[in-house]
Amino acid sequence: MPRLEAVILPLAALIAGLAVFSLFLIGLGKSPLTFFALVYKAGFGTGFSWQNTLSRVAPLLFAGLCVALPARLGLVVIGGEGAIALGGLAAAVTGVWCGALPGALGLMLMASAAFCVGGAWIGTVGFLRIRRGVNETIASLLMSYIAIALMNHLVEGAFRDPASLNKPSTAPLPAALRVGDMPIGIEVHWGLGIGVLCCVLCWVLLDRTTIGFAARVAGDNIRAAQVQALPVGRLITGFTALGGAMAGLAGYFEVTAIHGAANASLVAGYGFTGILVAFLARHNPLAIIPVAILLAGFQASSGLIQRRMDLPDATILVMQGIVFVTLLLSETLYGRLRLFRPDRWEQRA
Amino acid sequence: MSFRLDRRSLLASTAAMGATALLPGRALAADPLTVGFIYVGPKDDFGYNQAHAEGAAAVKAMAGVKVIEEENVPETVDVQSTMESMIQFDGATLLFPTSFGYFDPHILEVAPKYPDIRFQHAAGLWSADKHPMNVGSYFGYIGMGQFLNGITAGHATTSKKIGFVAAKPIPQVLLNINSFLLGARQVDPEITCQVIFTGEWSLAVKEAEATNALADQGCDVITCHVDGPKVVMETAAGRGAFVCGYHANQSPLAPEKYLTGAEWNWADVYTGMVQTVLDGGTIDNFVRGGLADGFVKMSPLGPAVSDAARAQFEATRAEIMKGGYSVIKGPLKDNAGNVIAAEGQAFAEDDIALESMDYLVEGVIGSTS
Amino acid sequence: MSGDLGLWAVPVAMLGGAIRVSTPFLFVSLGECLTERSGRINLGLEGTLTFGAMAGYALAFESGSAWVGVGAAAAAGAGFGAFHGWICRFKGVNDIAMGIALMLLGIGLAFFFGKPYIQPVAPDLPSIPFGFWSDVPQVQAALQVNVLFLVGVALAFGMAWMLRNTALGLRIRVVGDSTEAARAIGIAPDRVQLWATAAGGALAGVAGAYLSLYYPGSWNEGLSSGQGLMAVALVIFARWNPVLCLFAALLFGAAGALGPALQTVGFTSGYYLFFAAPYVLTLALLIFTSTPGNALDSAPGELSITK
Repeated sequence: MPRLEAVILPLAALIAGLAVFSLFLIGLGKSPLTFFALVYKAGFGTGFSWQNTLSRVAPLLFAGLCVALPARLGLVVIGGEGAIALGGLAAAVTGVWCGALPGALGLMLMASAAFCVGGAWIGTVGFLRIRRGVNETIASLLMSYIAIALMNHLVEGAFRDPASLNKPSTAPLPAALRVGDMPIGIEVHWGLGIGVLCCVLCWVLLDRTTIGFAARVAGDNIRAAQVQALPVGRLITGFTALGGAMAGLAGYFEVTAIHGAANASLVAGYGFTGILVAFLARHNPLAIIPVAILLAGFQASSGLIQRRMDLPDATILVMQGIVFVTLLLSETLYGRLRLFRPDRWEQRA
Repeated sequence: MSFRLDRRSLLASTAAMGATALLPGRALAADPLTVGFIYVGPKDDFGYNQAHAEGAAAVKAMAGVKVIEEENVPETVDVQSTMESMIQFDGATLLFPTSFGYFDPHILEVAPKYPDIRFQHAAGLWSADKHPMNVGSYFGYIGMGQFLNGITAGHATTSKKIGFVAAKPIPQVLLNINSFLLGARQVDPEITCQVIFTGEWSLAVKEAEATNALADQGCDVITCHVDGPKVVMETAAGRGAFVCGYHANQSPLAPEKYLTGAEWNWADVYTGMVQTVLDGGTIDNFVRGGLADGFVKMSPLGPAVSDAARAQFEATRAEIMKGGYSVIKGPLKDNAGNVIAAEGQAFAEDDIALESMDYLVEGVIGSTS
Repeated sequence: MSGDLGLWAVPVAMLGGAIRVSTPFLFVSLGECLTERSGRINLGLEGTLTFGAMAGYALAFESGSAWVGVGAAAAAGAGFGAFHGWICRFKGVNDIAMGIALMLLGIGLAFFFGKPYIQPVAPDLPSIPFGFWSDVPQVQAALQVNVLFLVGVALAFGMAWMLRNTALGLRIRVVGDSTEAARAIGIAPDRVQLWATAAGGALAGVAGAYLSLYYPGSWNEGLSSGQGLMAVALVIFARWNPVLCLFAALLFGAAGALGPALQTVGFTSGYYLFFAAPYVLTLALLIFTSTPGNALDSAPGELSITK
């Protein structure tokens, strides 16, 4: 019953992590019950809570995919933040250039620009890995710093709107080039819908196509893949580029749905939260969806916890850290619990 | 530059305050007025956020008011949620989102949804034809404070070079840099000011490196415009330079080297605004004020300030307190040689043109791009 | 009085910057070097460093002694390291991911407990004025060398010697190259890796204490701008050689001082790009010194990041 195991173990680990965190709270003289009641209230309890939670999900989905896709090939890419920044900038600049085009066409062009720039940026990481043997974790981190510097340089230089006085930004997008909310009764922009769609498509790619199968073989054992003449180089470049493209889309939605221009606010740490999302989802694109919603709910409750319990804003960080550690620790239990191995139940006696 | 509301908007705003707000003596009512303060960084950063948090602390002491706060709120969809959460869960009716970047698009996105809630934004440029009536912007002419800083700096410098650690070349920062130098040039027109941009509002190591680079250049009085001036103050004093404070009083960090500082006086401003609401009134949508209006204040002069410096400082402050003082006045060129103000031309402290400044004046070593 | 150095200001500033800015990179990269030579990778040193910075500052403030702070930071770092080392011995636990998790936890705990210490002023670590021979104030300032920097330099050479010439070093290297081989000759790899990871964490904690107690010398939430993460990059760049870690850290520190120094001599535009110089430089060197075939020859065989 590996499927059941894959659902129950993470849930058990999540509960164990929250239990450890509860002990932390009790140690500080705070009530865990109040804490979780507030998390529920602020993250999931009312229509507004859901709006608050879901409006934070989109960038986490895309940033999570940016980590999960290369991870299927055994690559740890941690530089999604930079691809988000450059993707957002590319979308904003494209939007300024095609302000006169019909909205739908302009939006497509903007999304394509973000997709391509993000893809090229992280794809370069994969390319450097196969061509030069440069470690992808380090390269993506360095390129992330470089991307953010480049974005700031261009936003405050060549692409700066002179009218953006105290918050240097690109020129504001016309209303036709702003993505609106989905028709679901609460104010959540289309990034959520497209993000969920991308997760599903990536899952299909990984689990239902020969390319995905080849990627998993290569991820398990690069040498075996090479022996079988799988195109490891192209797989690595392709999956890192696709991951980067996803991060680029995160930037696109930040620009077109939230900020209306590119500026330093694009660097908000989504890329790093994406690492957490992907690992918690065990790099399964479908699992990214609930994980991102859960994390977004925790983040949505941060403010209420600050105000009601007099706990610092870092409380949610501590909780995420503890949950992350217990979830990773639970990895050691896979395949070792008899509960999930009916064939071994009889051996107990 | 503050102006009264016209009749229509006044009606809209008073309606927005809700029925209870119209009753005088709301302070006695059962429901306290809930006021939310939102900060972009930690509220004890010795700087921008601390200045606002000190204002919030003063409001907290008022009767009939409940203050809620949230710190480290980024300028993303986060701040929109924070504002809505304060309204929905805590019943806040008056919000002070204090970071400049909260205004466009975040406050402008949320405010139309809550016409009964008042959003008071620091530093924004509210304008009646573009922005909702339940949004107000307020700020102070703190450049005047940097001008006074510059006067003490001009007396203290022996190398005739003073330094400025700046975050980004935006109008508010440029005005501060220019004012600091022009203050120093009141003492000696030969003085120059080296500026270094760090590119970020809060980046400790880079601020320390920038301060060291200024000291290496021989700058012996240093001030800054970053969110938390603690690192600049300590590093500069460690290199033996005098320091002028900014945002809040940093004299405890370098008691011997601290000359004076340009501080926000949000306690007076915020208690005044909250009192207006408690009394059933409406806060003006566009509020500006300087030293005379109690928006800005100066740190007490430090032990290193000479008698001559003290005299000139006090005399100039008295001039500024009369209102309408001009720091930017002709003949004045920028540091690329373009004329900023011809002979006889002057920009008073409340001149709105100063809020779109894009130049560094002659004598400032640095560039805006 | 202060002489005008003109363009000479840039190399002098870079020398000073190399010494001032490099120390945290040096300590973290030495710690990571030791950990990785034992076959483990700890990407969480950024969190360890941040927690060490907070713990060091807090204890220095409470006790009035900066050295107590350094000790506390080292102890806290060793705790994080030992936890990482212990947890990664379990089968199926990914040490890269666990590093990221502990990074998050370390930063979270540092911010959580660090709130009351943003305001207070803790005592600074002492420095030694090696620039006494010069009457140029810039040179004097550049050669104000902190004791920890000297400790770090000694440690770099000491660690290189230890790894090459001692029985302990041999054990670490054997474990790092093959846990199978280690077991065959009676070494318990888990225990060696546990100690190596704990020691690496302790060094990262000291790096944090340097940040909060010397340069820039105060605790706040923006104190670490990725020094712990970058140092991991520097180890790969330095080919797992402690002495090369020293030079990598110095180079990185010097490159970091380039941006502000260039602004003072008139290169005023494009400062974001100058600030990114250390990253560009590191990436370029990585690209030019790696080759697909023998890229990681000097890498410990057990290292997950190179598998």
